[in-house]
Amino acid sequence: MSDSTSPQTPQWGMVVDLDRCTGCEACVVACHAENNIRISGEAEAAQGRAINWIRIERYWEGEYPNVSVKFMPVLCQHCANAPCEPVCPVYASYHTPDGLNAQVYNRCIGVRYCGNNCPYVARQFNWFDPHWDAPLQEQLNPDVTVRMNGIMEKCTFCVQRIRKTKEQAELDKRPVRDGEIQPACVQTCPTSALVFGNRRDPESQVSRMAKNDRGFKLLESLGTDPAVTYLKRLN
Amino acid sequence: MTTMQRSGWNEMATINRDLLAPLRHVGPTYLTVVCGLALIVVAGAATWVHQIETGIGQTNMHHPIFWSSYIASFVYWIGVSHSGTFISGVLRLTKAQWRRPVTRIAELMTIISVMIAALCVFFHLGRVWRWYYLLPYPSQRDIWPDFRSPLMWDATAIFTYATASTIYLYLPLIPDFALARDRVGGWRKPVYALLCLGWKGTQREWETLSTAIRIITPLIVMVMISVHSIVGWDFGMSLVPGWHTSIIAPYFVVGAVHSGLAMVAVGLYVVRRQGALDDYIRLEHFDKLGKLLVVTTLTLAYLYFADQLTVWYGKIPDEMAILHALVTGDYAVAFWSMILLIYVFPLALLTIPRFRTWPFGMMLLGIGINIGMYVERMLIIVPPLTHPRLTYVWSRYFPSWTELTILSGACALAVLLYLLASKFVPLISIWEEKEGRLHGSGG
Repeated sequence: MSDSTSPQTPQWGMVVDLDRCTGCEACVVACHAENNIRISGEAEAAQGRAINWIRIERYWEGEYPNVSVKFMPVLCQHCANAPCEPVCPVYASYHTPDGLNAQVYNRCIGVRYCGNNCPYVARQFNWFDPHWDAPLQEQLNPDVTVRMNGIMEKCTFCVQRIRKTKEQAELDKRPVRDGEIQPACVQTCPTSALVFGNRRDPESQVSRMAKNDRGFKLLESLGTDPAVTYLKRLN
Repeated sequence: MTTMQRSGWNEMATINRDLLAPLRHVGPTYLTVVCGLALIVVAGAATWVHQIETGIGQTNMHHPIFWSSYIASFVYWIGVSHSGTFISGVLRLTKAQWRRPVTRIAELMTIISVMIAALCVFFHLGRVWRWYYLLPYPSQRDIWPDFRSPLMWDATAIFTYATASTIYLYLPLIPDFALARDRVGGWRKPVYALLCLGWKGTQREWETLSTAIRIITPLIVMVMISVHSIVGWDFGMSLVPGWHTSIIAPYFVVGAVHSGLAMVAVGLYVVRRQGALDDYIRLEHFDKLGKLLVVTTLTLAYLYFADQLTVWYGKIPDEMAILHALVTGDYAVAFWSMILLIYVFPLALLTIPRFRTWPFGMMLLGIGINIGMYVERMLIIVPPLTHPRLTYVWSRYFPSWTELTILSGACALAVLLYLLASKFVPLISIWEEKEGRLHGSGG
């Protein structure tokens, strides 16, 4: 507990520059590969059962033929005041000292209240046991658990990468450097629309970008205080 | 001994005979119905096992509809369970004489439907085999349930309600169990002997019993109101547009009483018909029940109107999307059927005095109200979930065969348990009936 109040504890955050996003969905694929997200077939996807920890929402503006498409990557917003956390009856939805909305898979019994109460609908449920058609099972990430059916799961900001880098930094007796941790989506984004870092460090790239006057938070009026800042030129 | 007293005692013997008769006879129709229901229960159970083995994906729930028919059924059955407490608790408190033949029928309904409601929660759990994480047991990991979660308040409330209403059913049963011990033979005799706690019928025992009933009655009425408020808060405490409203707790309580009373009308009709108990469940009981139903119809309609008017006048887009889906959109057919079944029909029919004394009509109306209230529970849950704030993830939902089979099984189980109980428990409280005849002011 004392850890959370220590000013040295980083508070992880992300900036999503919507003016840079091309909607290519590379982040979606990278996230699948990194986090052992179950593969849903065409039929399941048609039923709305495809699991994505990050999704590209598309919104059309204007009437055909003068249409413009807006892309918005939506992932767990890692709210400081997360609506998903207090409603979980078994503490499976848990706030880490470094500001992540963690999900304790072993603890989850699947009441799915957290999923309802997330205004970003960022939480995903395993309707069935996962499977990977050969040879996809060969590329499962050994650092990440495979979730069984009946469990809620969600974006973790690639917590396995955060922990690994943090432990290495502790061994080297130095703080984690800005940009040293890259979640899979950030690493793979071809236009660098996604940036990850410590929001508590005023010099970090996320902190500097989040101060940009294009910045806003998703559904900010709800008071959830998300760790993800979106940048968009409003005209 | 005067003539009047003698005829009074003869009447007592008739009451004993009439009301214990259903415990003694098992007819072919009864057996057929029991077997039929048992088959549906088995089908439901098998489907549930299949769902546990393969996953909740057997339902039609999908992102973002994380709750659906199971939770709707849970809310519905908790609603029905309020019948017993309301009828017998409130009427006992107000010393309404007409309650006497109704209380037991309603109290039994309470216990059974609260059990079915709890079962619906288990249908819903993603990993039902881990349900015991909801219990505050000491574990090596020192993790208790999270009492900030409305679902924990809910689990606590349901457990309290189930316990309290079992006691509430049991206390007035003690003298009747003693009577059954003396008059019904076979395997049941030792069970009755055990359950009646050695009741002899002394003055002291009667005084103790009446004190106990006087104590528990106001308590259970308070528990009833709190339980359904808490069920309402499962929704009201959330951020979901359409759920996040402060009127939801009173609305749920009144809705529960509405469906509960309607279910009692159905129960009264069936018990009267099957047991040939026209002398006990009389037309005036249907009449009084009908009047109570008018009150709940109007109260519920008022609360619902207040809720929806606030949404409509406020014009908040997130909430308006749901109102539109209900009134003119995907759920319009269900919505308007619901309005007809739970508000319009009851109000139109029950304000006709002759309708209230037509038992068959009251039964039909009771079924109608219950169907309407079930639809209403679905409409509370589904449209808000299919219309989250981020419009990109809007969706639709209709229950799957798995859900329908499991829920039919649960419904059949409720009726089956009631039928089985009717051969063990006198469905009309015998001593209260006698008390009414001897000391009550009529009926």
